[in-house]
Amino acid sequence: MTFRTRVLVLVAAVAGLAAVALASVLHASARADRRDEVQPGGPRVTAGRVTLTAPGRMVFRNMAWGPHRDELTSVPAADPAAPRTASGVKCLRFHAASGTGVCLQAVHGPVTDTYRAVILDENLHVTRRYDVPGIPSRARVSPSGHYAAWTAFVGGDSYAGTDFSTRAAIADVRTGELIPSLESFRILKDGRAYRAADVNFWGVTFAADDRTFYATLATRGRTHLVRGDLRTRTVTTLRTNVECPSLSPDGTRIAFKKRVPGLPADAPWRLYVLDLRTLRETPLAEPRSVDDQAVWKDTHTLLYALPGDYGADLYELPSDGTGKPRRVSTAAVSPAFLP
Amino acid sequence: MYVADSRAAGTPAPASADGAVRHPAGRRRAAVAPTVLALGTVSLITDVSSEMVTAVLPLYLVAGLGLSPLGFGLLDGVYNGFSAVVRLAGGHLADRGGGRHKWVAGLGYGVSALCKPLLLLAHTLTPIGLILAADRTGKGLRTAPRDALISLSSPPESRGRAFGVHRAMDTAGALLGPLVAFWILRATVDGYDAVFTVSACVAVVGVLVLVLFVPGGRSGAVTAAGLRRPTLRAALALLRTRDLRRITVCAVLLGLATVSDSFVYLLLQRRIGVPDRWFALLPLGTAAAFLLLAVGAGRLADRLGRWRVFLAGHVALLAAYGLLLTSWHGTALPYTVLLLHGAFYAATDGVLMAAASDRVPEGLRSTGLAVVQTGQALARFACSLLFGAAWTVWGDRTALLASAVALGVCAAWCSLTLRPAREAAV
Repeated sequence: MTFRTRVLVLVAAVAGLAAVALASVLHASARADRRDEVQPGGPRVTAGRVTLTAPGRMVFRNMAWGPHRDELTSVPAADPAAPRTASGVKCLRFHAASGTGVCLQAVHGPVTDTYRAVILDENLHVTRRYDVPGIPSRARVSPSGHYAAWTAFVGGDSYAGTDFSTRAAIADVRTGELIPSLESFRILKDGRAYRAADVNFWGVTFAADDRTFYATLATRGRTHLVRGDLRTRTVTTLRTNVECPSLSPDGTRIAFKKRVPGLPADAPWRLYVLDLRTLRETPLAEPRSVDDQAVWKDTHTLLYALPGDYGADLYELPSDGTGKPRRVSTAAVSPAFLP
Repeated sequence: MYVADSRAAGTPAPASADGAVRHPAGRRRAAVAPTVLALGTVSLITDVSSEMVTAVLPLYLVAGLGLSPLGFGLLDGVYNGFSAVVRLAGGHLADRGGGRHKWVAGLGYGVSALCKPLLLLAHTLTPIGLILAADRTGKGLRTAPRDALISLSSPPESRGRAFGVHRAMDTAGALLGPLVAFWILRATVDGYDAVFTVSACVAVVGVLVLVLFVPGGRSGAVTAAGLRRPTLRAALALLRTRDLRRITVCAVLLGLATVSDSFVYLLLQRRIGVPDRWFALLPLGTAAAFLLLAVGAGRLADRLGRWRVFLAGHVALLAAYGLLLTSWHGTALPYTVLLLHGAFYAATDGVLMAAASDRVPEGLRSTGLAVVQTGQALARFACSLLFGAAWTVWGDRTALLASAVALGVCAAWCSLTLRPAREAAV
């Protein structure tokens, strides 16, 4: 082949490949139009006023296609299939309690996306903003509404990097003070001080006393349930193989996802409830793998998300191991209940 | 191929018995060999393609597929061992038959290119993990033959610069990739499929440039050594040559004291409290410094001697460790550390290959380079395990201090051992 032929071959190939590449980009950007149209048979969503103090409501991220996709919406907790009221506030993850909300958002920058956590007051006005170091994963507000916590995935910056870590942060929303990473807490593992470079925290859940919290600590390939103390800045390991704990409103039980041996690596978890007094575990009646931090609707009902046609659907299940999972909302994630 | 070996068939460098290539000294080429530019272009394009995927992968797993990426890196340890074997096999295959470097490198680039469209089909962690492993297998396969091609197409006296130019182009691609990927995500809705498709197209262009514009087969230079078909035994015997063994031992020792990048960024963040928002940009700082300094460091290596520059690179790394250990809190600290870190790569990555090329007979060039690279990669992996353990036991500062001391000792030892008796001629 002469040089000229080679160049021609390359130019022709580049032209063909560029056409394929362009077509794929155009195809993907046309999705924007489709997603802005309301899906037939999907939930009805209308713009309206959403507050974090209206009693008996469930507030969540609406994932249904249409103009209100990804916005915080509210429905009556007793009738989650009712038409949704959309707030105009977009969140990836959300939680709320006592008139305080935490909303994890993407910020579209000129080069890459960054993320932030915003604290919302009862009228969904932003009161504080914090940088989030990676892709948001879990969000929680303490029952008092005084503290907010979130977890983000950080990593993947080396060549085909596959090593991810998590960063869990807690903010005091009254003073604005931020604990950027629980890794700064002293760790007591099996009664002894523990230090390691590979420590990761995720899935914070708060007790009602504004001091105690629970979370997952991972180190050396194992996960531990830890009880944290915001005053002494200490976490103590309690038990292994507990992820994404969620404390019941009465503070007696923890719902969590547990890695069950023999399940496929892609779907390794089952939902369990741990009684904090007896330390007895009860498997729940959900036969599928759940990758979510469950939310207590009341002292005996749990809600959690499973993948659905439009991102995720919400399911409800008794917390005592009985019953059957029931889908309560389609195209919805990150619910919070306003008592 | 029109871009013939710049050294041209007229002046084949005679390979001496112990493998060192002697060359009429003093003649300096004005331009970098076209083959090197072609390979640099291939690397640039391929890095755009692979870094596009790397940049969006965490987001794709978490936001696109709703998977939890934790524990994804657990297989990295096992994979590192496998990757070492692939690298050595790639080097050996490339040498057999008198220089099939181009085709083995092409196979490596091809495998990686094939992996990109496969990502469109995989939606769970296990297949995605396997595809990424295949992608890295391709990278392992191609690295040594590619570096062998660079060294074989450049005269010894300007090899440092040739590797510098190649590494600069390679790094430029790595910096461009994420920009392209995020531009696509911005222009689309959930456009991960578009990112993977574009990445695949770009990767194919890279393979085409290699196939069309990199001369293959036996170049004029590979003759005397090439005619003898290198056997596995010949490859093993390489380690018995004192020069290569010394280089490998030094690369391994220094590798054992080279704290992995992610630890450096973590330490930097802990020391000065880099806002989380900027944390992801730290590797870009190193890459930018690498990009800017690679050519200069290569030229310097040609002029002052490769070992001097190689060791100077480790001194730069030592200085970076030192800064991280001091209590200086100036605003210039992160910039200085990243500059030194990038300078370390600029002065060591390509320069080591240039130095090793001088010590390996042409017929075994890929094998020899693969041995050095593998030794270094395994040592760095061991170091990251050791460093993690030391961090656990002693805390971050003491662990870094230990690494700094180890690095200083290794560098001093290597500077004595490798004092270049022969390099003075180059």
